[in-house]
Amino acid sequence: MNMPVEVIRLVVGLLALAAFVGLNGLVLVYLERKVAGFVQRRPGPYEVGPYGLLQTLADAAKLVGKQLLTPAGADAPLFWAAPLLSFLPVFVLLAPIPFGPGLYAVGSNVGIILILAFAGLNVIALFLAGWASGNKYGMLGAARAVAQSVGYEIPLLLAVLAVCFSQGSLDLRLMVERQGSWPWQWNAATQPLAFVIYCVCALAETNRAPFDLPEAESELTAGFHTEYSGMGFGLFFLAEYANMIVVCAVATALFLGGWQGPLVAGVHWFLAKVYVLLLVMMWIRWTYPRVRFDQLLNLNWQWFIPLALANLAVTAGLMKL
Amino acid sequence: MSVLQDIYKTAEGIWSLVVGLRITAWNFARPQVTVHYPRKVVGRSLATFRGHIELVGKEKNPAEPRCITCMLCEGLCPSGCIKIHKPKPVPKAKAAPAEKLPEADGSAVGAVLTPKKMPPPAAPGEGSSPKAAAAKEPKAAPASKVPLAFTLNYTLCSLCGLCVQNCPADSLRFSNDVYLAELAAPQGSGRQAFQYDLLERLRRQAQLLGPGAASLKAPAQGSGAEPQVAAKAAAEEGA
Repeated sequence: MNMPVEVIRLVVGLLALAAFVGLNGLVLVYLERKVAGFVQRRPGPYEVGPYGLLQTLADAAKLVGKQLLTPAGADAPLFWAAPLLSFLPVFVLLAPIPFGPGLYAVGSNVGIILILAFAGLNVIALFLAGWASGNKYGMLGAARAVAQSVGYEIPLLLAVLAVCFSQGSLDLRLMVERQGSWPWQWNAATQPLAFVIYCVCALAETNRAPFDLPEAESELTAGFHTEYSGMGFGLFFLAEYANMIVVCAVATALFLGGWQGPLVAGVHWFLAKVYVLLLVMMWIRWTYPRVRFDQLLNLNWQWFIPLALANLAVTAGLMKL
Repeated sequence: MSVLQDIYKTAEGIWSLVVGLRITAWNFARPQVTVHYPRKVVGRSLATFRGHIELVGKEKNPAEPRCITCMLCEGLCPSGCIKIHKPKPVPKAKAAPAEKLPEADGSAVGAVLTPKKMPPPAAPGEGSSPKAAAAKEPKAAPASKVPLAFTLNYTLCSLCGLCVQNCPADSLRFSNDVYLAELAAPQGSGRQAFQYDLLERLRRQAQLLGPGAASLKAPAQGSGAEPQVAAKAAAEEGA
């Protein structure tokens, strides 16, 4: 009797998540371009539809309509598996996230582990894409992606682990419920260092500027997705924005009280917080120049890993007391 | 010591990140500088644009060029893109045309050879032009200074500006007309569109300025602002 309810919840949840990801992809690309424009004191998309609102739809239609080319030197099955492998885990990543009270696709008591485990798949997708392209730029981009993602996963995990220690749970639903309605009751207030480390590592994990080295266009053409045309590129693009939503949603649930908020708690608080984080990510992207690769790795190994370890040790010590 | 320095440097670096974010946030909130081009045009920035040449009208009668048909521009032009038709001297009044004969046979060679002779007849003609011309007009010869046709073949013009520089009557200037692409478009009249009848253009500009604008135009002539408006209006009307 219990099983069908779970299955129905999963199916309905995945459908809703697919719609959510697609819709947010359109909105986020539009927002990103608008933010870029405003920061540079120009209007951004303006001509297609009122205030350029239909621009991303037009772009999506263009991408869908384009021919899919497989380069002569490419390993075709791997080449086309990569964008799918990049995009599909997004549904698993979003499934355990509690959008509101009782609003989640998979009720798991190890939700955060599920997310972190499947987030690692993205590295394989990027590496496959670069490797299977048979392109030197793709290969270099893939190498960078692996070094970067593997490196930054460590402080990210350590930061999340510190929060899990202090909450004594791996269940995202419980963690949200244990935080209060007001900002000073959130985990970001008790674990500020973990929050900062998580945010920076999230930027690096999603390959966002200033850590967008795997697709550094000035050095590597387009990095790992150099050879992808049409919807192959479109899927990577969509996956990037979906991953942004995932890291911001996890940050919201872990550090910012999830759907809890002053006055009326609910899904609106969750979405508002996610969007504020997304806008900050865009703000950062259009502010900072891309870091050099040695700077990127130095920042990780010399700063974030020791800091995250120290944070974890202090948290563990305090929890024991 | 070096540890303290390292900490200070790190703090400084982190602060620079905050400064960067503040600058982009400030620019985010500032008004945009984009001009939505086909719908709006940039105000005065066309004033310095050197387009094809156009004629300058007389102050009193903006539809009539200041040109004294000296043929200097036609002779100077290295591309041979200016063609002026000057009226035949009226045989009745012999005294006046006689002294202007070197100018009157002003083929290209004549004009180039006698550039120093040109200014003297021109300067009085320009300085006292409106009154003098108006007074003399009924008599005879001076009317012949007004060109019958003044055409520019812009497909040949190299925009060297020699004609504008050397016009003794200040009757030539660069227009601000940038709207040429649509003239050359397939549905336009093509190459023929760049055969400008500058007299016709001047008349059209004078018409756009209107009869009341003659007084308005006179003081603004020097500043270059008003002609720009006229040129733009003419360009838009032409389009």
